Amino acid sequence: MSDPTATDTDLPAEVAASIGRVQYEIEGDFPVEQGYIATSCASVENGNPLYWDPAVAEAITGGPIAPPTMLSVWFRPHHWAPGRTTEVLPLQVHFDLKAAFDLPEAVMTDNTIVFHDPVRPGDCLKTRQILRSVSGPKTTKLGTGRFWVIDVEYLNQRDELVGVETYTGFGYRRAAA
Amino acid sequence: MTTATTSRLLGEVQAGDTLPELGYDVTATTIVLGALAARDWRPMHHDHDFAVNRNGTQDIFMNTPNQAAWFERYVTDWTGPLGRLGRMQFRMKGSVFPGDHMVLSGTVQDVSTDAAGCGWASLLVTLAVDGDTKTDCSVRVALPTTADDNPWARRGERWLP
Repeated sequence: MSDPTATDTDLPAEVAASIGRVQYEIEGDFPVEQGYIATSCASVENGNPLYWDPAVAEAITGGPIAPPTMLSVWFRPHHWAPGRTTEVLPLQVHFDLKAAFDLPEAVMTDNTIVFHDPVRPGDCLKTRQILRSVSGPKTTKLGTGRFWVIDVEYLNQRDELVGVETYTGFGYRRAAA
Repeated sequence: MTTATTSRLLGEVQAGDTLPELGYDVTATTIVLGALAARDWRPMHHDHDFAVNRNGTQDIFMNTPNQAAWFERYVTDWTGPLGRLGRMQFRMKGSVFPGDHMVLSGTVQDVSTDAAGCGWASLLVTLAVDGDTKTDCSVRVALPTTADDNPWARRGERWLP
């Protein structure tokens, strides 16, 4: 079966030019913090001693680290911030594509996270988005639209890669009733 | 503080092995605590009225990052602290609500050693409610190959997740 996300060879020039280009580099609002690590572990009753026992963390990971699945946590903006009028969304490229193709609905069909260097308390992380592909028009049971694949890369203050999230989105317009 | 640090070795695992099930009674607190721990302030994860009357769902529901945290906890409960996540792939099929009894279960799909000598177990982990799968998660987790191996010590070309 052909890959439904394979890139269309007849995309609008602006969209085609954005494939593979780094966009929306964002720095986290605050350094990675131990208190939030404990809050996250408590929310799922995660007793892994890496996150609770400094001696174990020192022995195994060379000091405290954050649970890998917390990667995206460090980029969600505060609920409110003084003077803020706009914000770049963590998946802004997804919303740009919905607008570019005038597709009012969208779902994420696949989410993969790859974990690289550990994230540590005090790290100041940054993220950037890279569009990997946009399909030609497709019709599914949801409606007619396009699939796209977006990578969100996460790096630390030394520009070391700490993780990559890959999202497959399907932007679509519902079939007329 | 003294904490058990026993970890599972690669040689103790084989394809077809099953992980012990984890059952958990989900409450509104579970959902709200998980959303706020993930800094997800969207109202469908804490505001019953919004979830029901605006989103059209039966109640507030568990957000994806918190589900990821549950999957991580489930896998590392099994591996021990030397287990290091390399990759997770999620397929969302349904929502988890207050009042649900969620059950996480897992099966080892494959065991391998990569070109850098790192040991890997590939798992299929399922989050289900009343036998109905809500999320499938494929997990690739590194396990120590010997008692003195530590996957967390791997960097650069020695870490191929």
